[in-house]
Amino acid sequence: MREGGVRLNTTILLFLLQDGITNGAIYALLGLALVLVFAVTRVILIPQGEFITFGALTYATLSAGGVPGTASLAMVMGIVAFGFELFSTRKSLRAAKVLRAAAIYLVFPAVVLALATLLPATRPGVAVNIALSLAIVAAIGLFLYRIAFQPLAHTSVLVLLIASVGTHLALQGFGLVFFGAEGLRGPPLSDAAVTLGPLRFTGQSIAVYSITIVVMAGLWLFFGYTRMGKALRATAVNRLGARLVGIRTSLSGQLAFLLASVIGAISGILIVPITTLYYDTGFLIGLKGFVAAIIGGLVSYPLTAFAAIVVGVVEAFSSFYASNYKEVIVFTLILPVLVLRSLAAPAVEEEKD
Amino acid sequence: MSALLQVSDVSVSYGKVEAVRDVTLEVRAREIVTVIGANGAGKTTLLNATMGIFPLKGRVVFDGVDIASLDIEDRVAAGLSLVPEHRELFATMTVEDNLELGAFRIAKATAAQSQERVYGLFPRLKERRKQLAGTLSGGEQQMLAMGRALMGAPKLLMLDEPSLGLAPIIVADIFRIIGELRAAGVSVLLVEQNAKAALQIADRAYVMELGEFVLDGPASDIAANEQVVASYLGFSHPA
Repeated sequence: MREGGVRLNTTILLFLLQDGITNGAIYALLGLALVLVFAVTRVILIPQGEFITFGALTYATLSAGGVPGTASLAMVMGIVAFGFELFSTRKSLRAAKVLRAAAIYLVFPAVVLALATLLPATRPGVAVNIALSLAIVAAIGLFLYRIAFQPLAHTSVLVLLIASVGTHLALQGFGLVFFGAEGLRGPPLSDAAVTLGPLRFTGQSIAVYSITIVVMAGLWLFFGYTRMGKALRATAVNRLGARLVGIRTSLSGQLAFLLASVIGAISGILIVPITTLYYDTGFLIGLKGFVAAIIGGLVSYPLTAFAAIVVGVVEAFSSFYASNYKEVIVFTLILPVLVLRSLAAPAVEEEKD
Repeated sequence: MSALLQVSDVSVSYGKVEAVRDVTLEVRAREIVTVIGANGAGKTTLLNATMGIFPLKGRVVFDGVDIASLDIEDRVAAGLSLVPEHRELFATMTVEDNLELGAFRIAKATAAQSQERVYGLFPRLKERRKQLAGTLSGGEQQMLAMGRALMGAPKLLMLDEPSLGLAPIIVADIFRIIGELRAAGVSVLLVEQNAKAALQIADRAYVMELGEFVLDGPASDIAANEQVVASYLGFSHPA
């Protein structure tokens, strides 16, 4: 029994499960990105939340015909990253290297900024807005690695974590400046709806499932069958071994951040038609992906995906039974997992590189 | 004849301790050169610094280019390859994937040829190609580490204690393959505690003690040197 005497019946049970799985699918994407980034770079990616918010609110702003501030941020970060790149390669400057850096750090964000400034007035439609939002957040993710994490790549997990917290706070501040304290909602990817017996699937929830599956299948193919994907795994398994076959740790790190930021932005774009997002909402959503990643031990992709679904379902049921304690219950999930893990694994020193 | 690898007046320090002092060494094309010496003499440090894992003072010229300030990855691209003491395999990936990544920097078509050559040298790896690298025996892991390094078609292969911890029959196999590499046009810089086996296949040798070279010359002369016989080839040597 609870407020208003609503009892759990089959319809509500199915509805809660459906809701939980929809959210769980998004947490799964985020959890996978966190595992990926940690395995490759040893960074616990707290700014993942900002990739979500930036993706969601950039999409919402573009859809409303506005010019998102994130596009300018990407341009500024690109200029800074270009400076860093030139400085770090100053001993072996070659034209090809400089041109390549200029293409990535200057031309790419400049083109994106130009499109983001010119296109919104023409109301280009959902697909273009999504592509543009993804490009903006991808650029921010890539440049963030170059500016904040690549120079620290050789340091300890703790230093990287502190940098991670710092970048999270900085980006969150930018989020407030760009999008204001008011929440935004974006248009759904599809207005269609399908009714199957007692269940009603909205176009948006079907988009969530299918995009999650496509992204996971894409990641599986990338890591299992492409040389670049295998190189990323190799860096995660053995950093020195990877360098000895010529795989640049910085390249792997950039790729990991690029993937994580795109995944974060996709998650945000999937959520923003369902819930109103504020400049700081991403952190909480990212944290739920983090709970799943921790349950997966920050190493196992399948376990993380499964745990994310569990997190989503537990969240849905706790919002029914004890909505005030929803977050408490979800984040308390992490405690028994940590206790079990600490019992199962003997204490280890931090890996030395 | 100019050397393929020319290491001149190189020193390597760990903080205040100088592990390698003013060492000069050269490896010419199609040559097997060995550095022998006791545990702790500085052999591994010298190899790792040549590969760029540690910074060094001095000059390292490889194939006509000064590589002393380059990253590991750029040295790999220049044609230098190291099989380190701990092998550094991708333990949770298959033998096939380890080899494929060995060819990370070269074109797919060339990589396929390299793979045929590596499977030819190490038929055992072909049998085990779907197995995870971490589940291989010590000897197979050494073969895989060498195979992975050869996948990138290096001009010079540097081997750090390839015989360490392996059964004598496998050591013989590994040394036979090192000999075949020279025939295939790959130069080898071999660091070994197993001086007897190393001097048998090498063209030239350096003897290292406490971070410095105390002796160098043709491997046969070194093998006949009284001091070397007494210190490294006597019956008391464990190998």
